[in-house]
Amino acid sequence: MVSFKKPDLDSFQERIHIATLFVTFCFLLLITRLVWLQLVSHGKYALLAESNRIALVPAPANRGLLIDRNGIVIGRNYSALTLDVNAEEVKGNVDQLISDLSEIIDISPRDKRNFKRSLEDSRNMGTFPLRSMLNETETARFMANRYRFPGVEIRARSFREYPYNELASHLIGYIGRVSQKDKERMQAEIEGAKADDPDALQASFLPGIQYVGKIGLEQSYETVLRGVPGYDQVEITAGGKPVRTLSSAPSVPGKNVVLSVDIKLQYLVEQLYGNFRGAFVAIEPETGDVLAFVSKPNFNPNDFVEGIDAGTWKALNESLEKPLYNRPLKGIYPPGSTYKPFMALAALETGKRTPNQAISDPGYFTFGNHTFKDDKVGGHGSVDMAKSIIESCDTYYYLLARDMGVNMMHDFMKPLGFGQITGIDLDGESRGILPSTSWKERSFKKPEQQKWYEGETISLGIGQGYNSFTILQLAHATANLANNGVVMKPHIVKSIENPITRERVLTTPKESYKIDLKKEHIEVIKNAMLDVNRFGTSAAAFKGANYLPAGKTGTAQVFSLGSKTYNHSSTPEFLRDHALYIVFAPADKPKIAIAMVVENAGFGAAQAAPIARKALDYYLEGRWPKEIPEWKNAP
Amino acid sequence: MEKRSLIHRFDFLWSGLDKGLGLIVLGLIVISTVTFISASSGTSVKLIDQARNLVLAYSVMLVISRIPPKWLERSAVWIYGFGIALLLAVAAFGLIKKGARRWVNVGVVIQPSEIMKIAMPLMLAWYFQKREGVLKNWDYAVAALLLILPVALIARQPDLGTALLVMSAGLYVIILAGFPWKYIIPVVGFGVFCILLIIIFGGYICEPQVKWFMLHDYQKHRVCTLLDPSTDPLGKGFHTIQSVIAIGSGGLFGKGWLNGTQAHLEFIPEKHTDFIFAVFSEEFGLIGNLILLGLFTALIQRGFAISSSAPTLFTRLLGGAITMIFFTYAFVNMGMVSGLLPVVGVPLPFISYGGTALVTLGIGVGILMSIHRYRRLVQS
Repeated sequence: MVSFKKPDLDSFQERIHIATLFVTFCFLLLITRLVWLQLVSHGKYALLAESNRIALVPAPANRGLLIDRNGIVIGRNYSALTLDVNAEEVKGNVDQLISDLSEIIDISPRDKRNFKRSLEDSRNMGTFPLRSMLNETETARFMANRYRFPGVEIRARSFREYPYNELASHLIGYIGRVSQKDKERMQAEIEGAKADDPDALQASFLPGIQYVGKIGLEQSYETVLRGVPGYDQVEITAGGKPVRTLSSAPSVPGKNVVLSVDIKLQYLVEQLYGNFRGAFVAIEPETGDVLAFVSKPNFNPNDFVEGIDAGTWKALNESLEKPLYNRPLKGIYPPGSTYKPFMALAALETGKRTPNQAISDPGYFTFGNHTFKDDKVGGHGSVDMAKSIIESCDTYYYLLARDMGVNMMHDFMKPLGFGQITGIDLDGESRGILPSTSWKERSFKKPEQQKWYEGETISLGIGQGYNSFTILQLAHATANLANNGVVMKPHIVKSIENPITRERVLTTPKESYKIDLKKEHIEVIKNAMLDVNRFGTSAAAFKGANYLPAGKTGTAQVFSLGSKTYNHSSTPEFLRDHALYIVFAPADKPKIAIAMVVENAGFGAAQAAPIARKALDYYLEGRWPKEIPEWKNAP
Repeated sequence: MEKRSLIHRFDFLWSGLDKGLGLIVLGLIVISTVTFISASSGTSVKLIDQARNLVLAYSVMLVISRIPPKWLERSAVWIYGFGIALLLAVAAFGLIKKGARRWVNVGVVIQPSEIMKIAMPLMLAWYFQKREGVLKNWDYAVAALLLILPVALIARQPDLGTALLVMSAGLYVIILAGFPWKYIIPVVGFGVFCILLIIIFGGYICEPQVKWFMLHDYQKHRVCTLLDPSTDPLGKGFHTIQSVIAIGSGGLFGKGWLNGTQAHLEFIPEKHTDFIFAVFSEEFGLIGNLILLGLFTALIQRGFAISSSAPTLFTRLLGGAITMIFFTYAFVNMGMVSGLLPVVGVPLPFISYGGTALVTLGIGVGILMSIHRYRRLVQS
């Protein structure tokens, strides 16, 4: 050792000694504490642990209401008497108990199954309803026999209810009992929250959450609607009977969600569809408010709340009509001729056409060795832009598509929202396909498939080929056109309401962006679309309208015909063409933009446009069609 | 002969490691695994995850134990600078989760304050090594500045728990380096005085309308529920009350492995991570606790012994500080679970489940092993 280092080392040794003393002191302190807890007070804590068995009774929060834009409640809670069973107490003899109980109260196999599933999910902790909605007789009968059933009691519970049943089912969605998967997901959320603040753990104490939104708005606004569950700290006897409540942490009720949807309009459209399948989306162009969001056929969300029975589930799930499928959100359809106004606008904006430039249509267009047919045999003669929209001339758009090329079409259509996620406040939106050369490269594996063939460009012009979009996107694009290129994000929820003060906080998004479109170009398109309803393809449906509707019909092929000619009645129903229609009105100051599809219904003008006409008559003028039963508020 | 050579092939896995330290840590890991099996029942965490974490931590330890302390000394400034840069990055464009900005995305999402737990003692030990023999009083001021910068950055994320741990790591180096007693004693005295004041006037300062200077509401709640957990038995005091009941009901011998009622009825929150000590205490009783404390005492003793025989000031300070960090974690965690200290998110070293913590500990043990291994090879 070098001598001058010695003092340093000494000093370090001295400090280590003191540190050792400090460590010893702290550990002795800890040992004292442990001896105090585990020897001196052991009796007290052993007792506490014993009586600690069920100290916390979760008090679920009231779920927020779902309210339409005019204040009509479409999702609510009701309170009902239920037969509650304490899982721990009946452990082991559930079947015996149920058979005893069913002597005095009617218990269906479905009740029994749901109850057993809850028991399994909860690993026998907590209290679960065996039967809900007890009537007076049943309540009285149970109370008289109560002594026979320790651990069973009657309690008021809150249940979710959708008063209009099937109406707007895909939009509203439903809640269901928390599943193991939901639990794991929420656990993970809490783990994340815990890293920042251990107290967050309490805020979402899992036993307090018994239902979660599974689909629709119930799912996407789950955290808003749910609220924060509270607890009662309850002293319990060895038998598990609550003796007294020591204290409570009140629950915080969930917030109400106010929709932009006009539920009467939604009801009308759903009625007008009748037994047809399809999708219908109406948007207020100026705000992006979704006014109606229809998916037909529907299902009854009330069936799902307490667990759906196997028969109903099987029927819904295996039906060829796919009633559980959210068509406007997830279904992708070729837009057909409803694409033509957007193509025409693209032609003007990119300078590929002028309004008056006319082509001569022989009734077909030949590209390479393939002939693309126009649906009018013999052709439309001399066709300019307005006529191409009014008469829905295909040849005009075959030529236009060829002149523009796939990528130019892609670049123009993209900002309008075609093939893009709109960002609507529902989960599970489909993207659809807006083709481009780079899209094809990404989507296919084999090099020969990755290449774009010029022949594939032609049918894009009439909204066929790879083009496939959701009805939501089509409605969004129509609204963007109606709004002169100002893009508003479509949204279903307008504001969040405090359930106590009724104070509303607007959640509507601001303008997303503005597409640079020339005013005179938009006018050309709008005027042509007005003429479609005056003397074009859907003139019959709009005869005598008191407002200015600007529309376009469309028909989308479900399968390729090859060289055959389409014959509606001879084609099997599920292979028949889809009828499409887009419209906005009044054209000078649009208040509503609609896109719709009626599946397998044939030509757009015949099936789709009349529904849109009646919806517009109601929304703009308050005229209710005679054949549809009047709207009645649920009791 | 054949058999021997087969074993020798795996010699690299343990040769040159300090046997004392190795056996102590092995003992702790055994306790951890046994308790983990009990504590993790009913959670989604699996033993295989813990095994993976252990293998990872062991590999890190093995690598670090072979790095000569000289290298660590040379890279101390870089590691510290890197840590500071990351903390600044967090402050500038970190990810916010639930109101705190603690993470940054550098390809993977990391929490840079973890790095500071090792980087801080490294940097200060390097500084005092640099100033060895010419140490002036203002050197402590420089050291304090080096310490305050990261601590302040972490505290305003906000993450008071980690900030305090990083600060204590730095303070240990400063104190071990010979910071004069005439400064230490008044500060400690003032601290004790404040704690006494809080205990005496707890009733008043915990009134809801009283705001605490510089502290968040949730931090105030933690101190207040420590003073009187029964004020909020359902909310913030819930953890402490339940874990104290678990420990107390364990008694002298405990309820036996897998038989803890508190833990298995899910009254204990975070039972496989921060509150694992409650599960252990309930099932193994006071006897188990004394064995656990004995192992921690042995760990600290061994750490001090290695540090005392270390050849350079840098290694002495680093080894001493790392040992004290182990102690701090163990004491703060057990103190919190048994209701002596407020609830802060500190794991019980080597026992709690958690990959990041285990890897940090592996680095710490690795450094101690390296100091031991190279004790004669390095002369400054």
